[in-house]
Amino acid sequence: MTQARTAMARSYLSDGTTIRSWLTTSDHKRIAIMFSIAITAFFFIGGLAATLIRIELATPQGDVVSAETYNKLFTLHGIVMVWFFLIPSIPTTLGNFLLPIMVGARDLAFPRLNLASLYIYILGGIFTIVTVIAGGVDTGWTFYTPYSTMFSNSYVLLAAAGVFIVGFSSIFTGLNFIVTVHTMRAPGMTWFRLPLFVWAMYSTSIVMVLATPVLAMTLALIGIERIAGIGFFDPALGGDPVLFQHLFWFYSHPAVYIMVLPAMGVVSEIITCFARKRIFGYRFMVYAIAAIAVIGFLVWGHHMFVAGESMYAGLVFSLLSFLVAVPSAIKVFNWTATLYKGSISFDAPMLYALGFVGLFLIGGLTGLFLAATAVDVHLTQTYFVVAHFHYIMVGGAVMAYLGGIHYWWPKITGKLYREGIAQAAAVLMFFGFNLTFFPQFLLGYLGMPRRYHEYADRFQMLNVLSSAGAVVLALAYLIPLTYFTWSLFRGERAPANPWRATGLEWTIPSPPPTHNFTHTPQISDEPYAYAPDSRE
Amino acid sequence: MNTAAQHLQEQFDTSRQQIKAAKLGMWTFLATEVVLFGALFCAYAFYRYVFPQGYALASKHTDFALGTIETAILLTSSLTMALAIRATRLAQRKATVYFLAATAILGAAFIGIHATEYLQEWHEHLWPGKHFDESLRGVNGTEMFFTLYYVMTCLHGLHVTIGIGVLVVLAVLSFRGRFTAGYYTPLELGGLYWHLVDIVWIFLYPLFYLVSRT
Repeated sequence: MTQARTAMARSYLSDGTTIRSWLTTSDHKRIAIMFSIAITAFFFIGGLAATLIRIELATPQGDVVSAETYNKLFTLHGIVMVWFFLIPSIPTTLGNFLLPIMVGARDLAFPRLNLASLYIYILGGIFTIVTVIAGGVDTGWTFYTPYSTMFSNSYVLLAAAGVFIVGFSSIFTGLNFIVTVHTMRAPGMTWFRLPLFVWAMYSTSIVMVLATPVLAMTLALIGIERIAGIGFFDPALGGDPVLFQHLFWFYSHPAVYIMVLPAMGVVSEIITCFARKRIFGYRFMVYAIAAIAVIGFLVWGHHMFVAGESMYAGLVFSLLSFLVAVPSAIKVFNWTATLYKGSISFDAPMLYALGFVGLFLIGGLTGLFLAATAVDVHLTQTYFVVAHFHYIMVGGAVMAYLGGIHYWWPKITGKLYREGIAQAAAVLMFFGFNLTFFPQFLLGYLGMPRRYHEYADRFQMLNVLSSAGAVVLALAYLIPLTYFTWSLFRGERAPANPWRATGLEWTIPSPPPTHNFTHTPQISDEPYAYAPDSRE
Repeated sequence: MNTAAQHLQEQFDTSRQQIKAAKLGMWTFLATEVVLFGALFCAYAFYRYVFPQGYALASKHTDFALGTIETAILLTSSLTMALAIRATRLAQRKATVYFLAATAILGAAFIGIHATEYLQEWHEHLWPGKHFDESLRGVNGTEMFFTLYYVMTCLHGLHVTIGIGVLVVLAVLSFRGRFTAGYYTPLELGGLYWHLVDIVWIFLYPLFYLVSRT
């Protein structure tokens, strides 16, 4: 008992300092830290591939890398960014760290399962790195059949195994979050008193748990078909490649919501704090999160409008894809309404959050172009699609992830970073991002197809702009790495609540003690009790 | 006395909370299993819609008698599993161990019979690939039927095998007196898993053995 009490008082960072104490920990906060190191490493691996892609595309000729290498580069970029960065990014780091604290719990429901999730992630990561060292894979991150099963001579099995394995990491994390939200809420923490971040994590977890097994099965079928030579998807044996696409996108479209729902959760926390106003339409925000998670499961067919899907299926999927824009729009309106008459301050997290809203808006609206079947025929397989999903995934999910890291950095590390340089990096990132990806909308509209290492001369101007933007963006991503590292060693000590924010995580010391709370908290209010500053 | 309170982990406030969390975790896991098999059921349904004759013809070649015996065995094993939990609730440790052992043996019998079925089908040239029966190959969809049959029953068999391992561990723990009338959560979770495996088979049986025998 006394031992437990001393552990209470000590910060989670100083409670055991050996490497072993980290690698065998069951503390959700330490696991979150280890995840964040791993996903940052993968982010830079995926980013390196993207850099090479943009260097190749600076000139119309395929002069830097061969066509085969180019195929391997964009495949690597896709696989790493989707499965090893974007999907785990917010859930395994901020989610792991904050979810138990936000519901008033000492840990997740299954701490050892959480640690297992980390090791499974790392095992999957090792497979992916081995794939690259062995010679790479060239199918694109989508593993489309029959190319992946019959024709590709690259390391499809190894790459698919890595993704298969990392899927279980998602499932375990999702399962843990669902059970924690259901059973570990502190007294008085009713469902409608949960912070929106928790709601976002909960909905994301449901999508993870119900979609990922289908991906696992689909990849297993590719493996069986490749090894045993029997045909699930091989037309020569009566199989149908479009079935593969249906199964694949049944996971991979909801996966987009796995990436963007957590981002929405983060942004909701930040905007309400830096506008000093209660979030506008809390309940509608909750319903919108739930609606996105549910409808998000029913739109996968819009990836196959030109792949031989029936006209009627196309119509239904088109309609449903328009429908998913409604709850997304509700969220954008509510964030905007939260800002209205708020006392807004433009600290770094807020810059990222506002950047998210703008870029998500563009990404979402261009999604409607693609959801319209007639327009999609023109735009499919062009750079328009590439630009669209990068606005959602990079402009949306990555911006929000970085916003969240900045917002909770003082809580997680107990140190403050330098505000000025952080603001500069955020602005530079916004600028670099738009310069990289906006030209790609124009390229796609003009008909430049994706996934080729050379292109017609008339596309060069826009491609040069895009590559120049990529340089700015790459630089902007490196800046936070430096000032965050600086802050760890030289940063000022952070107070418990540097942003004057509400929420349970701000009521405990920075960094939090091992068991988060000395006493189980009692909750008697709705979240976000902010009031605009009186100086107005 | 072995009670739930002794097994309380530090992140939980009460045993009730811990048991609730464990059960919800198991149910969520079972949901992922349903979706995992769901992808294959979906593929089955799609190809059956495309190749109704091929499915009807191919399903006549599965062993109806053995399939039915396997179904009976697996259903009985679910009964013994339920009886094992009942025995624990009544604090009958010996009976618990016997029932768990019976469940594991029935599971092993299921696997054994299914293995002989596979062997028999190998001799009848029903395995997809180069050795597939020439006359059947002439009808579209027969090979797909058997491809699905092997993938789905093997995946199910893998689950049964894992289940047997779980049952053996539970039997040993019961024998050592780990579970009491007041605490038997792992036993209950193992039971849930076993019943799911059983339910999956209840769907596989008609899909592969009864297509044109109805």
